[in-house]
Amino acid sequence: MADPSMTNYAIIGTGAAGVAAALAIRQKDSRSAVTLFTNDPHLYYSRPGLAYVLASEIPDKQLFPFTGSIFRDQRIEIVSEPVESVTLATHRLHLANKQLVRYDRLLIATGATASIPAVPGIQLDGVVKLDNYADAQHILVTARRAKKAVVVGGGITALEIVEGLVAQGVQTHYFLRGDRYWSSVLDEIESRMVEALLVKDGVHIHTFTDLTEVLGKKGRVSGVRAIENGQPVELSCQIVAVAIGIKPRMQLAAAAGLQTQRGILVDPRLQTSDPDVFSAGDVAQVYDRLKGEYLLDSLWAPAMAMGRVAGTNMAGGNAIYQKQFPFNVTRLAGLITTIIGRVGKSEPNGGSQPKGDQDVPGIMRGDSEVWRLRPDAVVAQTYGDDSRLRLYLNAENLVGAIVMGDQTLSYAIQQLIQKQVDIQPIRSLLLSADADLYAVISNFWKGHRLAEKFA
Amino acid sequence: MSIQSIFDQTAQKHNRLVSSVIVPDPLRCVQCGICSFNCPLRVDVRRHALLGKPIAESACLNCGECVRRCPRGVLRFETAPIMKIQIG
Repeated sequence: MADPSMTNYAIIGTGAAGVAAALAIRQKDSRSAVTLFTNDPHLYYSRPGLAYVLASEIPDKQLFPFTGSIFRDQRIEIVSEPVESVTLATHRLHLANKQLVRYDRLLIATGATASIPAVPGIQLDGVVKLDNYADAQHILVTARRAKKAVVVGGGITALEIVEGLVAQGVQTHYFLRGDRYWSSVLDEIESRMVEALLVKDGVHIHTFTDLTEVLGKKGRVSGVRAIENGQPVELSCQIVAVAIGIKPRMQLAAAAGLQTQRGILVDPRLQTSDPDVFSAGDVAQVYDRLKGEYLLDSLWAPAMAMGRVAGTNMAGGNAIYQKQFPFNVTRLAGLITTIIGRVGKSEPNGGSQPKGDQDVPGIMRGDSEVWRLRPDAVVAQTYGDDSRLRLYLNAENLVGAIVMGDQTLSYAIQQLIQKQVDIQPIRSLLLSADADLYAVISNFWKGHRLAEKFA
Repeated sequence: MSIQSIFDQTAQKHNRLVSSVIVPDPLRCVQCGICSFNCPLRVDVRRHALLGKPIAESACLNCGECVRRCPRGVLRFETAPIMKIQIG
């Protein structure tokens, strides 16, 4: 019964990368079987949107962009059964229910999972994380019976939880191991702006504070022990939220014998060390030909783009994933922040992991390792009470930027960087001491758009 | 707020209404659906954003609610093609 012209496509994971890949395969191959394997009962939803559910801005059902019918319409089969192992030589998936499934082309898009700090009591009921839909629901339910919470970790996810808990009326204590928030990407001015807003929202920030133990009563969280400024402290609370970073879920790939490092290593076609196996999304560590580095991202749009490239190539195409300037727009304590390209302090070092901060040593959600790198460029910057602009310029182009607060120029700067527009006409203006950066960029952008229309 | 500025704002709004269309930047969109949730006319703005298409639906009033609510700046007003500069 096997039709040799048919290909069995198997995709592990129903996140942004997995679903984008399935749809891309369908566009090229309308006949073959496409099967998605998952252990997330909620299938496909907007993971970044979980933050807005925590903050009660949207109901959780809003996070589902597709009804189940898209999978039926596209004849994409969903198998809600975890894949336990892969045998590359025989092209077989071993499912948890002991079933064996043959594939011709496989995509591993297993995403990433939250790292959990190794402290006593961490298994207690009331310790929460924010990986998936179920976690967000768990946080909301736990918050209902909680008065006080402690959040440890850094970056975007930690603040999403902090703000979510505040929105649910929980008194929130935020522990930072160092002296300021997200020091691997933000500079001191930016960290202080975010911290000031958190304090205004009623968050208690504890700097130089290290969680040492979660205390419990009858299996439930009742408090924490920590070292704050060298002194042991105890705090009562009913929730402990952890957001110390994520780990790509690559055990399956590593056990199968695929090449892995911090993620599954893939070439620009997103092919792994086995020609019939591809990888995309948070779990994939993609080679960047221009930079000669393998770096990780955990971002929605790149995950979808990678899924499309992998799907196209699995179906016989020849698409290339070129890592662009990684880009995210996020809210940090209500302050909308655009981050693009290299804005950090870490020395580029042949693709070894750029250093994080004390709160998140590895990668986290909504994050790119690229941001932490020091750009080979000079800085032009300005700041006001509730806005901040930090631009990095090399000889011809903008190569990195942080836009906080006023987002009028966010789109313009994103375009100038991603399209590598020649900014030599305004370079010296941007670097002059009394330049109004907003006006200079804005006027240049208007001129550029006009010129484009005439071209 | 002066009377003048209120008139200016209204004038701007009207200008926008007749000459603009809301366009998405799919690169910024994370499909959270805040836009569709807040649309007073229940236009599925997210679907347009997903496809990278302008919100060219007869129901859309260009009220700008989705533009303002989107936490990631996905949506913006662009001058409609009818107003495009033509030469020659």
